[in-house]
Amino acid sequence: MISVRNLYKHFGGVQAVNGISLEIQTGLITGLIGPNGAGKTTLFNLIAGTFPPDQGQIMLDGEDVSGLRPHQLFSKGLLRTFQIPHEFHSLTARENLMMVTLTLLRETLISAWFQRKTLHQQERKIAMKAEEVMEFLNIRHVADELAGNLSGGQKKLLELGRTMMVDAKVVILDEVGAGVNRTLLKEIGDAIELMNQEKGYTFCMIEHDMDFISRLCNPVIVMAEGKLLTEGSAEEVKSNEMVIEAYLGRGASSGLN
Amino acid sequence: MDFLNAIVLLSNYVLIPSLVYGSQLALGALGVTIVFGIMRFANFAHGEMMSFATVSTIFITWWFQSIGLTAGILPTALLALPFGILITGLLVWATERSVFSYYRQRKSKPVIFVIASVGVMFMLNGVVRLFIGTDEIIFMDGLKFLIKAGEFKKWSGLNEGLALKQTQVLTVLLAILAVAWLFWFLQKTKMGKAMRAFSDNEDLALLSGIDPEKVVRATWFISAVLITLAGVLYGLDKSYKPLIYFHLLLPIFAAAIVGGIGQPLGAILGGYIVAFSEVAATYAFKKFLRYLGPEGWSPEDLVQLLSTEYKFAVSFLILVLVLLIRPTGLFKGRVL
Ligand SMILES: Nc1ncnc2c1ncn2[C@@H]1O[C@H](COP(=O)(O)OP(=O)(O)OP(=O)(O)O)[C@@H](O)[C@H]1O
Ligand SMILES: [Mg+2]
Repeated sequence: MISVRNLYKHFGGVQAVNGISLEIQTGLITGLIGPNGAGKTTLFNLIAGTFPPDQGQIMLDGEDVSGLRPHQLFSKGLLRTFQIPHEFHSLTARENLMMVTLTLLRETLISAWFQRKTLHQQERKIAMKAEEVMEFLNIRHVADELAGNLSGGQKKLLELGRTMMVDAKVVILDEVGAGVNRTLLKEIGDAIELMNQEKGYTFCMIEHDMDFISRLCNPVIVMAEGKLLTEGSAEEVKSNEMVIEAYLGRGASSGLN
Repeated sequence: MDFLNAIVLLSNYVLIPSLVYGSQLALGALGVTIVFGIMRFANFAHGEMMSFATVSTIFITWWFQSIGLTAGILPTALLALPFGILITGLLVWATERSVFSYYRQRKSKPVIFVIASVGVMFMLNGVVRLFIGTDEIIFMDGLKFLIKAGEFKKWSGLNEGLALKQTQVLTVLLAILAVAWLFWFLQKTKMGKAMRAFSDNEDLALLSGIDPEKVVRATWFISAVLITLAGVLYGLDKSYKPLIYFHLLLPIFAAAIVGGIGQPLGAILGGYIVAFSEVAATYAFKKFLRYLGPEGWSPEDLVQLLSTEYKFAVSFLILVLVLLIRPTGLFKGRVL
């Protein structure tokens, strides 16, 4: 689905992504892990078009999309969530969800005046969808709160909710689970699996919670210092010495044994 | 009787003029605020764009007049207005393409945009004078007064006359129409919603498939409409002088900032606040008070806070006060 070739990105003196190549396979839930500052979010930003890579290529479904802007990638079926939640803080939670579908509405200046009824129907359908999503994520009771006033965890859920509002091909999730309570986390996991199996969404998710990763993801890709460290099943990765070293520092694996 | 005279006097010299001037400032401030709400910079070229818009409309008006096309009792400039809007739209779009889009692509800081807009301001200032010269131009034709002071006196039997110019009524009517349209556009249409989303959180708007180029284009177009309306209505009501719009920049910015920059409602309210303060501060209340006071009494001096030459000091003062006391303006938070 997504294939990244030899990607580089630096910020000042920091080489955040340092020549990485990887594949996100169609139909799978791929995990992306790595220590803090490994460059995971930067990689997502590159894939999602937040900024262009210094060098390298990003392919989406066989098409070169390097350098495309986020709104162009949206129309190609790529959705993402932010590690630090983003919301339209002057809109309510419900309006936030409905905003995702704005560009999909068929409306011209003429229909805005004369075909209000069809528009109304479209909007009702979208509103119902938003209702469903909020019900599922347990944020229905704050539907009419301004999104800016939601708690950190609720904002995270709203982020995930956005990706459920439209049909996507591939969704990349940046730590959706962080700061969300355990029970709900399990349900979110179920939802991701469901969307993956029934709707055929491809997922790639950054997560620090190894249990969550082991449960959902196969394969798991490990990054460190802007590079690909290794790739394999959760079990393989967990017992890989290089991975343990990357997380705990050099010599740690021998010290542990 | 004296009380009625006082009211008429006040309406004629303070209330109506500031309502009209306030509408013109509100239209100007709305343009500044919309551009700020989307592009996050204060467009210093706004005043000169108004000047350009007015000049384009004047040229079209002259052309219409020369081929005998007029609008009866309405000013010919009203017929020229749509063309003025188009030409201004083209100018604004040309500055966007040749100046602002360059800095946007480089993701420059807002202050760079501001300085670039100052450059555009100086350039336009020169270009406009090159074409139309430096003379004062009166381009209002058609019926001048809807109510004449003398006729009003005869009709009412009062000492004070009330005059109502056609341009005053036109200004207020067109301002109401423009504001109503703008709010409908921002609240109800897809592009309006996209603009508000973009103004709220650009990253997220992009992720929802909103095309930033389209948003910027729509914003400049709306700004061109407001620029032309504000410029032409002001010029019709007073007269066209090249530097007048340069001076108007201060009250317009004051209005936008009083209301909280980026807030359409605030810009409108700010426009009226600045206009009323300016007119009231420079009006001599002597005669007004004489009507209200006891028979035969009269204030010693003119009871005028500032002489009219200092009227721009009022905007300046308001600006300073707002920035000191409530830098976010009257309405804060929600932008667009
Ligand atoms: N916009 C930016 N400007 C400057 N430096 C940045 C920027 N984004 C990331 N970096 C730097 O790039 C490096 C990689 O950051 P990144 O956010 O990609 O890490 P991460 O793997 O997502 O970490 P975490 O697990 O803590 O979220 C860090 O050293 C960070 O300081
Ligand atoms: Mg991160």
